[in-house]
Amino acid sequence: MTKDVGRLRLAINWSGWMQDQARWTALVVGVAVLGAAWIAYSAAPASATTGGHIPSPREGFQAPSFALTNPAGETTRLEDLRGQVVVLNFWASWCPPCKAEMPDLQAAHMANKDRGLVILGINSTIQDSADAALSFASAQGITFPILLDRTGEVSRQYLVRALPTTFFIDRQGIIRKVVVGGPMSEATLTSTVRNLLEAGS
Amino acid sequence: MLPILQLGPLAIQLPGLLLLVGVWVGVTLAERQAPRHGVPPAQLNNLVFLGLVAGLIGARLGYAVRYADVYLASPLSLLALTPVTLAPIDGAATGLIVSLIYAQRKELPLWATLDSLTPGLASVMVALGFAHLASGDAFGAPASLPWSVDLWGAARHPSQVYEILAAVAIMVLVLRLDRKAQFPGMAFLVFIALTAGARLFLEAFRGDGVIVLNGPRQAQLGALIVLLLALVALHLRARAEIPPLPQGEHIEKT
Repeated sequence: MTKDVGRLRLAINWSGWMQDQARWTALVVGVAVLGAAWIAYSAAPASATTGGHIPSPREGFQAPSFALTNPAGETTRLEDLRGQVVVLNFWASWCPPCKAEMPDLQAAHMANKDRGLVILGINSTIQDSADAALSFASAQGITFPILLDRTGEVSRQYLVRALPTTFFIDRQGIIRKVVVGGPMSEATLTSTVRNLLEAGS
Repeated sequence: MLPILQLGPLAIQLPGLLLLVGVWVGVTLAERQAPRHGVPPAQLNNLVFLGLVAGLIGARLGYAVRYADVYLASPLSLLALTPVTLAPIDGAATGLIVSLIYAQRKELPLWATLDSLTPGLASVMVALGFAHLASGDAFGAPASLPWSVDLWGAARHPSQVYEILAAVAIMVLVLRLDRKAQFPGMAFLVFIALTAGARLFLEAFRGDGVIVLNGPRQAQLGALIVLLLALVALHLRARAEIPPLPQGEHIEKT
């Protein structure tokens, strides 16, 4: 009972305060000063936020570097592709949505390969077989590089939790968009790629 | 951090699911509050539903307009489930406008409607914190503290946990206040002020914010303005709604 009365009084006092112009003005000014002081105290140089320099598989961060081989044994390094827009598509031959988006990736590759776009199809070979991957790619007429992640190392590095997962990396090597799951629509692919190609050129 | 819940072949995007739960709890709460504020629950429900659907459509159309030729070539892409091809600001604006039109046509009282929605909004803020925790978004600034978490290649402030704690505290306060509010709009404005205040304080521990003029954080400047506007609005509402009373008569009056 006493507690209730106390609470009631608290609420009433507040509305009394709210009506009182002098006291409320003092409160507003006090909040403004304290808020501004906190903003000044917690100010930081522009480099303090945004991941920029730390490699991590998310938007705004540098794409973690890796080196993978294609079925012919030739190595591709992500760092070597700096200056170009890179699309990393993690896939497996047993995954229907991965297979469904392959033709669109191939079309994007054909349309943009001379404008600075590199598409890398990273086969999660640890949960697939290199033969199955290869025969699927050749049956589909895929001409962009297919890389084999035999140990699952790169999938782990990129925290890939669902197939397909697609990373869009800009010319500076920063991840700009991540699409988890699929098949992604043709428009998602086309609009994102165009955006990145135009941003860097 | 658990962005994807893999159930056999089904990859469920956990952050989206958590937000959906938040909206569902929010709508349920709002419907329950509505009668006390003199707002018909069914109309409040429609208001929220229309706003959400319109927001979603607006967000996708807003994105598509920017790449019109791409979408004209493949119109079915408009229905794609990818959240990255949504334009958030366009969506929010569309949702808000449609809700406003509905509220006006049904002649819903503005402040009472906002008050009814407040506990629901508070629950969405809690869900948003959990969604950020699941996706690793809204992450903290690097810091070596006993309670730092390892995220995105650095030991960081667990900013998502701070966010959840603040949102839960605000929700509890707002639910209590809602029963004792002195005038229509008080619960809503207090909620806005507290949420802006929390953002103003907690943004300092974030590692992903936009920094303007090489110093202040953009979100803090925005939050301070919203906080001050909410405080001024509280004063104006209080004066407009409650007849001024001499000191000491307050208790008898209630």
